[in-house]
Amino acid sequence: MSEVAISMTPPPVPKELERPPLVLNQRSLGWISDHIAGIAEGKAPVWWWLAFIPSFLMFLVLVAMLAYQISTGVGVWGNHHPTMWGWDIINFVWWIGIGHAGTLISAILFLLRQRWRTAVNRAAEAMTIFAVMCAGIYPAVHVGRVWFDWFLFPIPNSNGIWPQFRSPLMWDVFAVSTYFTVSVLFWYMGLIPDLAVMRDRARTKLRQILYGFFALGWTGANRHWTNYEKAYLILAGLSTPLVLSVHSIVSLDFAVSQLPGWHTTIFPPYFVAGAIFSGFGMVLTLLIPLRKLCHLEDIITMRHIDVMCKVTLATGSIVGYAYGMEFFIAWYSGSPFERFAFMNRALGPYWWGYWLMLFCNVAVPQLFWFRSVRQNLWLVFILSILVNIGMWFERFVIIVISLHREFLPANWGYYMPTWVDVATFLGTFGLFFTMFLLFMRFLPMIAISEVKGVTPQADPHHPLGGAKPHGGGHG
Amino acid sequence: MNGSVNVFGILAEFPTPADLMHAAEKVRDAGYTRWDVYTPFPVHGMDHAMGLKNSKVGWFAFFGGLTGYTTGMLMIWFMNAFDYPIVVGGKPMFSPFSAFPPSYELTILFGAFGALGGMLILNRLPRWHHPLLKHPRFIERGASHDKFFLVIEARDPKYDEASVRQLLESLGGQNIEVVEE
Repeated sequence: MSEVAISMTPPPVPKELERPPLVLNQRSLGWISDHIAGIAEGKAPVWWWLAFIPSFLMFLVLVAMLAYQISTGVGVWGNHHPTMWGWDIINFVWWIGIGHAGTLISAILFLLRQRWRTAVNRAAEAMTIFAVMCAGIYPAVHVGRVWFDWFLFPIPNSNGIWPQFRSPLMWDVFAVSTYFTVSVLFWYMGLIPDLAVMRDRARTKLRQILYGFFALGWTGANRHWTNYEKAYLILAGLSTPLVLSVHSIVSLDFAVSQLPGWHTTIFPPYFVAGAIFSGFGMVLTLLIPLRKLCHLEDIITMRHIDVMCKVTLATGSIVGYAYGMEFFIAWYSGSPFERFAFMNRALGPYWWGYWLMLFCNVAVPQLFWFRSVRQNLWLVFILSILVNIGMWFERFVIIVISLHREFLPANWGYYMPTWVDVATFLGTFGLFFTMFLLFMRFLPMIAISEVKGVTPQADPHHPLGGAKPHGGGHG
Repeated sequence: MNGSVNVFGILAEFPTPADLMHAAEKVRDAGYTRWDVYTPFPVHGMDHAMGLKNSKVGWFAFFGGLTGYTTGMLMIWFMNAFDYPIVVGGKPMFSPFSAFPPSYELTILFGAFGALGGMLILNRLPRWHHPLLKHPRFIERGASHDKFFLVIEARDPKYDEASVRQLLESLGGQNIEVVEE
């Protein structure tokens, strides 16, 4: 064997293979803390109040609409025979779909070692939690008599009868409540080290007590980090099958029934892809303005926007494929009812909803093939909103168009929402934005310790992290 | 035990993660057992440098998940097939297939509680009182901000103030101080 010492330093990376850094301008570790924690400290900026006051008023509209609906009855909505599910379930599926991007970013991208996720995961997880809150309102109130909601829980009712677990609606109860709980656990666990940052920076007694209480006495000891990282990995591993199962189970609410247009096996993967598609749309809608308003350009870089556009493109293309495949199967099945249901989507009384969906979900994301589009923030912002409009219409197409003309023409009808439907939906935006604005005002909206961990000065094997030029060697 | 009762340990600061990691390797080789490093983020490779074994959090999550799955299956069988069976749509009273989705969700739910709870139990958290959290150098723009610390605790059987100080100095530690309990 030759005695030539092997150099410990890797050869330099060729220029064309170099990736842009995750944090621009070689910001220091301290700068990251100061900058991110600073958003949640001091006086609220004027734009925050300008956003918060209308959001809160909208939230009050939601409260009023729910009070009106509960005290009067479901008749205040447009739901009627044959369209017994209307805006309530459309909005439920739409909001819960939006939530999926948060878990995808925090769990699946973590397992895939996509280190860019650190800049966006906290805000996306918060978005998930608030979106699931908005979604959860609908199933709870659409039953009409909310005081019987406890029939959904595994408690015997007054006649000693238990919930009926052969129905996908019961599976949905477990899926959505698990999803909400696990998302909160994951989010809170990620927050613990950052709450310690906030605690150590707190200047008032109240902040010290509150941040200190929720930081649980975190010191940053490596014996703690090792258990923490393992628990984080396991939570990511558990959330990955969770996020795939939740929207699959939501889709089973439809697919297990026998209605033409609902009774298809493609629903679970197609719903999951659509959910991630709409979720990334919402992440882009939220983060593009926030990046500017909170001066986060060095942390949420153009590279982050670029990869999120690519995920939107990929999932949008899966959704487009699913639309095509649905049509093919409707024809191939040979069932006249199935064929009619799909012709009715494209050419029936709600044709405009179908074509709007195709335009927003299939045509619009194809623009993300172009780098110049992905780099144009105004364009990305507008396209991300179109994506969410399109995904709303997808649920409209699936629910309303399938229900309004089923097997017997005697059962046909035309569905229209009422002003209460519209005001309730707008009110959920109030709830969502109120919660999100409060979150970014009091908690670090970017995972401070995780962003520090992906900088070169955090890497003990990088020269900026203190590595010796010829390798220090390990004992 | 050397050192007085109200000394928690000796704190040393290191300029970079690499320096801290090399110091940790030396402290590990010197045979200390009650010591730790404090960093603003988990440093890759530090577990090996400190000689830590694989975390046991996985066991908590595994038994959590197992409990969840069993709970789901037994609960659904008990409710729909044993305590109050009702025929619905000619379907069997109990089938592992229709009971699977809720049981699967409960597996994940209990597993997640196991992972978070296991992490807190193994770390002995929450613990709102800690000597280091009273130490100004440690908290003010310290371990949660951008500083890297190593602490050898007075509880360590090999603890001796003079030799620990000398070891930390020889490893390049700065601002070496005694932390009081």
